[in-house]
Amino acid sequence: MAQPRVLVVGGGLAGLSATMRLAELGVAVDLLSLVPVKRSHSVCAQGGINSVNALTRQQGDSEWKHFDDTVYGGDFLQHQPPVKEMADWGPRIIDLMDRLGVPFNRTPEGFRDQRRFGGTLYKRTAFAGATTGQQLLYALDEQVRRHEASGRVKKWEFWDFLAPVLDDSGHCRGAVCQDLVSMQFRSFPADAVILASGGCGLVYGRSTMSMVCTGSAISRAYQHGAAYGNGEFIQVHPTAIPGADKLRLMSESARGEGGRVWVPRTPQDPRDPRTIPEAERCYFLEERYPKYKNLVPRDIATREIFDICTNEGLSVERDRPCVYLDLTHLPRQELDRKLHGILEIYEKFQGVDPRDVPMKIFPAVHYSMGGLWVDYQRSATGGMEEGSPRNHQTSIPGLYAVGECDYQYHGANRLGANSLLSCIFSGLFSASGVIAGIQPAGRTAGEEPARLFDSALRREQDRHEALLARRGSGDNPYQIHQELGVLMTRVATVVRRNEQLATAYDEVCVLEDRWQRCAVSDTGNWTNQNVVFTKSLGDMFPLAKIILKGALLRDECRGAHFKPAFAVPGLQATDDAARRHEAEQWCDRFAANTARWLKSTVARPGADGHPQITYEDIDTSLLPPRPRLYGLVGADLIEEVWRERQNAAAARGGAAKAVAVTA
Amino acid sequence: MIAPNHAADHPATGDEARTIRVRVLRQDAPGQESYWERHSVLYEPNMNVISVLQRIAAGARSADGRPVAPVTWDCNCLEEVCGSCTMLINGRTRMACSALVDRLLEEQPEEIELRPMSKFPVVRDLVVDRRRLFRGLERVKAWVPVDDSYDHGPGPRISPEEQEDAYPLSTCMSCGCCLEACPQYTKIEPVRRDGESVEDFEQRRQGAFDRGFVGAHAVSQAMLFNAHPTGKMIADERLESLTAAGGIQMCGNAQNCVAVCPKGIPLTRSIARAGRAATVWAIKRLFDR
Repeated sequence: MAQPRVLVVGGGLAGLSATMRLAELGVAVDLLSLVPVKRSHSVCAQGGINSVNALTRQQGDSEWKHFDDTVYGGDFLQHQPPVKEMADWGPRIIDLMDRLGVPFNRTPEGFRDQRRFGGTLYKRTAFAGATTGQQLLYALDEQVRRHEASGRVKKWEFWDFLAPVLDDSGHCRGAVCQDLVSMQFRSFPADAVILASGGCGLVYGRSTMSMVCTGSAISRAYQHGAAYGNGEFIQVHPTAIPGADKLRLMSESARGEGGRVWVPRTPQDPRDPRTIPEAERCYFLEERYPKYKNLVPRDIATREIFDICTNEGLSVERDRPCVYLDLTHLPRQELDRKLHGILEIYEKFQGVDPRDVPMKIFPAVHYSMGGLWVDYQRSATGGMEEGSPRNHQTSIPGLYAVGECDYQYHGANRLGANSLLSCIFSGLFSASGVIAGIQPAGRTAGEEPARLFDSALRREQDRHEALLARRGSGDNPYQIHQELGVLMTRVATVVRRNEQLATAYDEVCVLEDRWQRCAVSDTGNWTNQNVVFTKSLGDMFPLAKIILKGALLRDECRGAHFKPAFAVPGLQATDDAARRHEAEQWCDRFAANTARWLKSTVARPGADGHPQITYEDIDTSLLPPRPRLYGLVGADLIEEVWRERQNAAAARGGAAKAVAVTA
Repeated sequence: MIAPNHAADHPATGDEARTIRVRVLRQDAPGQESYWERHSVLYEPNMNVISVLQRIAAGARSADGRPVAPVTWDCNCLEEVCGSCTMLINGRTRMACSALVDRLLEEQPEEIELRPMSKFPVVRDLVVDRRRLFRGLERVKAWVPVDDSYDHGPGPRISPEEQEDAYPLSTCMSCGCCLEACPQYTKIEPVRRDGESVEDFEQRRQGAFDRGFVGAHAVSQAMLFNAHPTGKMIADERLESLTAAGGIQMCGNAQNCVAVCPKGIPLTRSIARAGRAATVWAIKRLFDR
């Protein structure tokens, strides 16, 4: 039997960690990427990577608490066994990356330093300067280069994944891909295909994501039948620097050091912000959240900034929504000492010194919690069973998904510094299962009938030729993409309303029709970026529909998915009895909502071109769901009532068990 | 690269309604003649060269209104960490994402000039083939030679001073600015011969790369890993590579590399260290014979 061969699509943290482990286990790996793998989007991650560590452990932290924080932060929308396994692996992954030479910041004694991030009380986050993602990626890139030098890995950089190749039984036997330089097509027979292609930020036009994050690979897998989970859950970061080409992240630490968010009370006041008197400024976060002020939780800050620009018309600029993030009242030396790195980014890209002039910032699409639906095998200890071929397998057998492009770990909202962990973990952990799943029929890649690959390749070639041959309506693909981005950003980010989502869905269908008729301006067959972009734009529409339909149907608020019509307010009453009654009602409502909506959204491609949505129960066997109450009025009382109910339920369960034993 | 056009987001108003003239050195494919093409795009505040190129790609017309194929270029992260978008902008090698139009117009008000890097074979327009750059990293074994990726506990203890020394070197994003500016790093562009197989050509090209100067970026990475407690276990292999053909001895000490590095990496310090280490190693080898 020939040596097993696996195709990995995407060379970010997840793709590289999978490749490294597979190569080590003796598998021949074809590693395919739109860009040289060292230039993957993982380099943009800044803050750090989470794991319980020696220090936090002695302060009472544990893998279990990391697991709990992740599930609570994600509003319980993730299957718990894979998350538990990830938290358990955290310390081993940091140790491994340390061994691979990642220059983690050090304590005076030479241990890895840690800092505190959102959603936890512990200093769980290891970091390498403010470029942790870049440093982790480089360490894995180096290991994969080492395997490449020894002939175990073959890289295909500047290649585009076009379609999985499925046999008659629906099993994935490889893929058809295209060389972005010569525009030649090639089929890649493989015993398994692993997608590690990252997020889909470009569906929103501009985001904090890199230009390769089109989501085309996962969209193509979906269009060939792979189910897609929790598509409507998209993380929007409150503070990014708007740019004509991209939205660049501006760290939360700017507000942590005293930065104030404001807009002029006069819409689009043309004056220099420094000359606008205090009384004519609206510090809207401070006014609306007197307790937390500018440091309200991320989703609230995002929602308020979005709201004041979009619905109240108070954006600083007329043609571009943005608010001021003002540091100019803070002493310069203090700023340089604490915020130098991020100030430099602003200075470099905006050409303005934020020590002198307030920054202009706006929320930006940042991360996709949803992605390809993947399976897992629960272990006896409640984690994920290592070596099971079910782990990270999509609904297409033989096709796997790892990293941001799967839906597995972050539920309705991702905690900061958990993405780097989930990417490295899923790639590394899934490798042994991928191998175990190979050759159920005793055949290996390349032994499939040639007609499978021939017909798949011809289909992609025809599609490409047809695109080149279009003599279009004069519509421009870049214009269509811009309109898609504006639409998606308007209706499917921070605040979601059913009537808008329904209208937007129809508008996306119209845009898709226009795309069907638009023509490319470059009809050549050499490094034709124009046709590659146009193709990937076509693959954004299925994803946009998944996001919109999932959001439209989900009538609740959960994590990043906020629908004002279904928001449950805090307690209003002032006297104790009435307040208690309200808290009881609040908990009744929470219980009913959990029963109705604590489910993964699963989208499958319908024959009519529309996603068919079903719902999947979530494995909450390790941590019973509880209300997420941060910042809510009356949180203490609600929590108390909820705990009483849980205890009563547990007592009843215990009694029932005792009865059963007696009987 | 992919080029979303967001011009409609920012209709220029009043005195901002002016156009920027851009001159692009184009080349349709390897081995073909290059030619200049003029474009004009609407000025917007806070533009960078990437957004200029996005407008050009979306418009697909030259300054005189002729329909032309969109200009081709490389980019990805757009925040100067991925190393993709290196090109010659107004004659200087730099990243297109962090090249701000306002600054460029201060330098040279008439127009912005864009050319592909000259030390790498042009693929098309502003896209060049930088495989030799990555081959350089392989030549010097720029990695930590770990046993495997299983759990063996943490890595070695490292002092904050060592970390602060290593970290800047580790921010090298393989953009190639240092190579473009280096007088010793000259273009190697083998052409596939008639009847030559892909594999044979690949091998011949690799050989040609390996005889050429390895470059400041690779020398610096070799020093990064030779300083790492585990990385230094194969320090000799790296020094052997650095003293072979195309090694450190080719450096002419022009110091252009450090001047153009967008990340401010102390490349000349790495080169000096490499030079000393190579000398010591060569003498040691002489006596070991």
